[in-house]
Amino acid sequence: MGALADTWLPRLVLSPTIIASLVFVYGFIGLTAWLSLTESRMMPNFEFAGLVQYERLFEIDRWWVSAANLGLFGGLFIALCLAIGLCMAILLDQRIRHEGALRAIYLYPMALSFIVTGAAWKWILNPGLGLEKLMHDWGFTNFSFDWLVNSDMAIYTVVIAGVWQSSGFVMALFLAGLRSVDDSIIKAAMVDGASLPTIYRRIVIPSLRPVFFSVLLVLSHIAIKSFDLVMALTAGGPGTSSDVPAIFMYQFSFTRGQLGLGAASAMMMLATVLAVLVPLMYLETKGARHGR
Amino acid sequence: MAAELHDAPRLTPGRIAIYALLVLVALYYLAPLYVMLSTSVKTLDQIRSGNLLDLSLHPTLDAWNKAWSTACTGVRCEGLRPYFWNSVAMAVPAVLISSLIGSLNGYVLAHWRFPGHNAVFTALMVGCFIPFQVVILPMARLLGMAELANTTTGLVIVHIIYGIAFTTLFFRNYYVTVPDELVNAARIDGAGFFMIYRRIIFPLSLPIFMVCFIWQFTQIWNDFLFGVVFGGADAQPVTVALNNLVNTSTGVTEYNVNMAAAIIAALPTLAIYMIAGKYFVRGLTAGAVKG
Repeated sequence: MGALADTWLPRLVLSPTIIASLVFVYGFIGLTAWLSLTESRMMPNFEFAGLVQYERLFEIDRWWVSAANLGLFGGLFIALCLAIGLCMAILLDQRIRHEGALRAIYLYPMALSFIVTGAAWKWILNPGLGLEKLMHDWGFTNFSFDWLVNSDMAIYTVVIAGVWQSSGFVMALFLAGLRSVDDSIIKAAMVDGASLPTIYRRIVIPSLRPVFFSVLLVLSHIAIKSFDLVMALTAGGPGTSSDVPAIFMYQFSFTRGQLGLGAASAMMMLATVLAVLVPLMYLETKGARHGR
Repeated sequence: MAAELHDAPRLTPGRIAIYALLVLVALYYLAPLYVMLSTSVKTLDQIRSGNLLDLSLHPTLDAWNKAWSTACTGVRCEGLRPYFWNSVAMAVPAVLISSLIGSLNGYVLAHWRFPGHNAVFTALMVGCFIPFQVVILPMARLLGMAELANTTTGLVIVHIIYGIAFTTLFFRNYYVTVPDELVNAARIDGAGFFMIYRRIIFPLSLPIFMVCFIWQFTQIWNDFLFGVVFGGADAQPVTVALNNLVNTSTGVTEYNVNMAAAIIAALPTLAIYMIAGKYFVRGLTAGAVKG
């Protein structure tokens, strides 16, 4: 009796989760995929219509603006977070007094929501009263900073706020990685007369490979999903100049009543996530198998 | 590395430069918080006449009062208060339930392996990676049909469903460190599935429950997408209300009220970070090495 219960009880406990995941993750992805292949506008219409929504999507300039913005924002956001995070981690690794306090300061933005971050930076970067006025008061009267309302530059303000929020977290991950590097290898290199920069470049940083993968995974995920930060900071504006696919999807689905187009853009986002994550995961597991 | 020497190194010019750089960067991270705080206690006149970094000459909590109880978010002018409580009513049950389910799932996946348990685990983990845009259209329709659209209950359910993948991952990775021998010995002594959970696993789980609570609370409190799509007018969480307040285009922009509102919306997660920062960081790093 007990043995029998021990066989089915665990499965019974897990089954609601399995069913929920089948329905709400896999089933819903399937439904969205199906919706993207129909003529649905205001109301869903489940009649198969082929790739019309994708054809329409690819003819919309605003979609390509969003996609280009995602590439620009994602690339800069990831590169800057990686560079700043790694540099800060290496500096913090030099037996620094009050390291704990500094680390806490670098990391606290991660506790905030992107909406709060967006609201704060929207005020700081506001031309006229924000940073611009501060620089004028300090005597730099020619200083001008209108990126927030400049349609060529607005997307870069999203990068500024995003990097401020996430780089401390990248630093924390790298620091944890640095702390787990085997001391004896470093001592041996020091005995051999290698300088500290050489040791970092040749031994320490290459051994951080798994951390790089994790960081890339998380940052690209944050970038592709980015919705709240852009909504709070620029709301996609001026015009549609700082649109990203997540905003495009939201607006076409919920304020313009274009469900089919919204679904098609959501599928494109999923495809982007897969295109980035699958090779990364593959490389990571391959790396792990080779004992890195 | 660099832990091999325990005595503090001498203060060379190089080290002074490192400290200077670290402090400078710390100021950069702190600046927005300072700006938010100082702006929130200024009057609008002071904001116009002074600059970002000025201290308030006559600090006042008027903006805080307004942000909390009378500011307009969209058409309603009740401040952030009702939305703050919406967020509390949404986050508390969602965090507790998703953590409990995650704990039981993790226990099964770590200690009651069955054929195909790895495939099940991998399939569940996909839930951590998908962009939620790809599920919100069917979800909106389902919530509508179930008459849960625009309710806090609906939001709680959505957060539980899409939170379980993470909580299961946390608990599973923690429970695999509990020795199998412990569980097997208890089984030989005749303890059943739930008895072992209650007597052995659950008592060991406090640290991971802390991590999980904090991670889930931060995620759910800070969520915007689900809130704006499924929250409607009555169940809107505080993040959505803050966004509406900040992006209201009518009238004069009251930066002091906006900043006070932003701090109000951030207070619960900031407080948790300050009180339980250790667990917060563990949650972040556990979430980062998922899969």
